[in-house]
Amino acid sequence: MASRQFATFEVDGQLFGVEVHTVQEVLSYNEYTPVPHAPPAVGGLFNLRGQVIAAVDLRVQLGLARQALQGPVMNVILRGDGEPVSLLVDKIGEVVDLDDETFEPPPDTLSGPTRELVVGTFKLDGRLMLALDVNQAVDTYRAAI
Amino acid sequence: MEDLGEIVGEFLLESHENLDQIDRDLVSLEQEPDSRDLISRIFRAIHTIKGTSGFLAFSRLEKLAHAGESLLSRLRDGVQPVTPETITVLLLCIDGVRSLLASIEEKGTEDEVDVDSMIVRIKAQMDAPSDGAPAAAPAPASEPSAEVETPVSVENEAPAVLRPAPEPIAEQRQPLGQLLVEAGAAQSTDVTSALQQQIEGDERKLGTILLEEGKTQPAAVNEALQSQTAKRSIADSAIRVDVDLLDTLLNMVGELVLARNQLVRGVMEIGDSGLVRSAQRLGMITSELQEGIMKTRMQPIEHIWSKLPRVVRDLSNSLGKQVQLDMQGKETELDRSLLEAVKDPLTHLVRNAVDHGIEDPETRIAAGKGAEGTLTLRAYHEGGHVAVEVADDGAGLNVERIAQKAVENGLLRPEQVPNMDKRDIMAMVFQPGFSTAAKVTNVSGRGVGMDVVKTNIESIGGAVSVDSTAGEGTVWRLTIPLTLAIIQALTVDCGDQRYVVPQVAVLELVFVDGNTTKIEYASGAPVYRLRGKLLPLVRLDRALGFEVGGDQGVYIMVLQADGRRFGLVVDRVLNTEEVVVKALNTRLKDIGLYAGATILGDGKVGLILDVSSLARRSHLAAEAERESVVEKRTEGGGGTERLLVTAVGERRVAIPLDTVTRLEEFPKDRLEQAGSREVVQYRGQILPLVRLSHLLGAYGEEPEGDTVSVVVYSEGGRSVALVVDRIVDIAENSTTARRDAEEDGLVGTAVIQQRVTELLDVRRAILAADPNFYSDMADEMLVEA
Repeated sequence: MASRQFATFEVDGQLFGVEVHTVQEVLSYNEYTPVPHAPPAVGGLFNLRGQVIAAVDLRVQLGLARQALQGPVMNVILRGDGEPVSLLVDKIGEVVDLDDETFEPPPDTLSGPTRELVVGTFKLDGRLMLALDVNQAVDTYRAAI
Repeated sequence: MEDLGEIVGEFLLESHENLDQIDRDLVSLEQEPDSRDLISRIFRAIHTIKGTSGFLAFSRLEKLAHAGESLLSRLRDGVQPVTPETITVLLLCIDGVRSLLASIEEKGTEDEVDVDSMIVRIKAQMDAPSDGAPAAAPAPASEPSAEVETPVSVENEAPAVLRPAPEPIAEQRQPLGQLLVEAGAAQSTDVTSALQQQIEGDERKLGTILLEEGKTQPAAVNEALQSQTAKRSIADSAIRVDVDLLDTLLNMVGELVLARNQLVRGVMEIGDSGLVRSAQRLGMITSELQEGIMKTRMQPIEHIWSKLPRVVRDLSNSLGKQVQLDMQGKETELDRSLLEAVKDPLTHLVRNAVDHGIEDPETRIAAGKGAEGTLTLRAYHEGGHVAVEVADDGAGLNVERIAQKAVENGLLRPEQVPNMDKRDIMAMVFQPGFSTAAKVTNVSGRGVGMDVVKTNIESIGGAVSVDSTAGEGTVWRLTIPLTLAIIQALTVDCGDQRYVVPQVAVLELVFVDGNTTKIEYASGAPVYRLRGKLLPLVRLDRALGFEVGGDQGVYIMVLQADGRRFGLVVDRVLNTEEVVVKALNTRLKDIGLYAGATILGDGKVGLILDVSSLARRSHLAAEAERESVVEKRTEGGGGTERLLVTAVGERRVAIPLDTVTRLEEFPKDRLEQAGSREVVQYRGQILPLVRLSHLLGAYGEEPEGDTVSVVVYSEGGRSVALVVDRIVDIAENSTTARRDAEEDGLVGTAVIQQRVTELLDVRRAILAADPNFYSDMADEMLVEA
């Protein structure tokens, strides 16, 4: 039976997941440089071992208010297309093995910005995990349109 | 390219280098036709190409090179003199070799390039009776020499016949004995006898024999041996390295520098003396390593200059001009990637200088100059940058014409022109679509070019400027950073964030204390009076969308970009440092405000501001303003004029801006009395002053401060200055909305910015200052009439 590994994290109490192979690393960081005039979803820039990484605020992408960016914030750093991009999330969850048969397309009742970011729902024990479309999730111009 | 063997690749690379050298040598040969050194050098280079192409079975290439070699051998042996025509044919031959090489590189074959027509031309040149050269008058065939068998049929000739005498090894490695004798450390007789001993079977080395017989000093022998090895190692010690590898190394060193900075700061906080010492050592080694890696990427600017003599020769010949190219500082080194980026702009400037800068011989002679123009390329280091100048001694830029053209194209408003610095007007040539060339040639004059030069140079963090003196020539100046990856920058604070400004754009810094230096507003637009001239200001906090701060205790960075000068208002200027430029996430590049990012000393990311984009933003505002003026004009129908609003006592007095030449501030102690009038020395002239407060009867308190503000008005070589208490603003006013005034010295009153403002009768005010101001001109007119 086919199964996939997902890295999970929480935003606003909801569990999200991305496939493990898209994730470079996960770390907490507390100094972000704001970028004036950048799309609102850009939380800021930070220094990852000498590399400048743009952090995309997943809250803004989901239509919520910005992260406060005071104190440490968790980053899920995605490999991206040649340049790593970070997703700012509330809390990091575990890496889970999921069978394809627990997968279902997003429910019809799901609407709004979240609907565009989610490719499907995985039924876990006691809670649901929304699988994110990585490209959509880091597309900072999406929310602006 | 993949299926090409390594040998072919190396051959191509080497041949390209050789061809560039040949190009240069041929052009020099034209200058000194008698130089046998040059001929032999060209001959050797062509011969190498011929030999290798024969070996690699590129028969067309071999044939062409062989034909060129044959012609050269005739020049070398004096059978035929060096004439401009021969040089042209040889240059053609070199071009032919180039296109063959290009075809080999691209398609792996030379079959598609036609060489026969070129060979025919070369043969024709050999057969042509060289007019005016008696030495070659006898038919070449009648005096064949052993080595120079003039080939009648080029194709059939065996290459070996023309092989030049093998280069004596001496050129690379001089014999020890000779070195010792030259240094005066041994007698030549001793050396000879020692050599004789060797020949007779003595197996000791020459130095040993001489030493053991006490004929020379050990130190001298060591020195001689060292100079011997040095000579040999030049050829052996260079290796070709992949540029990507160097780039990777450079990036890693950049990281190392950052890590070092963070470590040093951390160690300083701990304060352990042993650790501090180690950190300092690490710091030194890192700096040296950084320098070393930088050096590996450096190449002398000669690499891109080498093509220019040919460019100048071909272009000046086709334009019928005589141009002498002078190159200074060709050993100046620049980062490889920068050299590439500078190449095209530089070539453009050189072409432009030959085409438009230098006049044709007749014009030059008429202007009292030599028929031959001089084009000087100069490269030198200057404070962390390399300056490259392209200077001609031609006619110079026509400032009036540029100003006129700029007004026509809507780049400038007519009333701006009198207040502009000459250099600022000249900088207009860098605006897109700008060309003052009277006629369009195939070289330049189509209005593309200078703006591209500027864009290219600025994209590598450099700057370009122009200065010109009418009749004496023009100097184009490129300022280029030494390397792309690490730039000198100023860190500034704005809001609670830190930003980085490339130092190349910074002209000066001004601290605004609100008293002696202050920000003023011209209908809401912030300006600063920099040495009497208005500098438009851009508030960084406003540009970045922050809350706009106060006008006091801030700094103005006077920046130059896009050929215009403006002031950037920031909260604080911290220090200058070298920063490593990091590419910005592609998404953020589109914002346009940032040229990149860097890691600051505290490990945080700092944004590098894009100065020219900030300039454009401020320019956009001006554009919008101009549009609104045009609208007003069309709506009102009465037309508007721009007025300089001044304060005289309690009153506001407006002066039409187009009558104003300059705004100046003079220290009070420079005002002098001449008869009943006040005057001031100004630019070698005596400038009569009139106090508007006296003229208008607005006696009030003398304004405080050590300087007086004056409005200078010039016409026909005469100037007067009107003293006002304060410059208030520049305002638009509809010419219809005014009432005639009865008062003397005024032409009327108008409501400007919700306040009643009096309009000055400028003519009357000027006559009060200088009663003869207009009469002299009238006299001149009478004389003319």
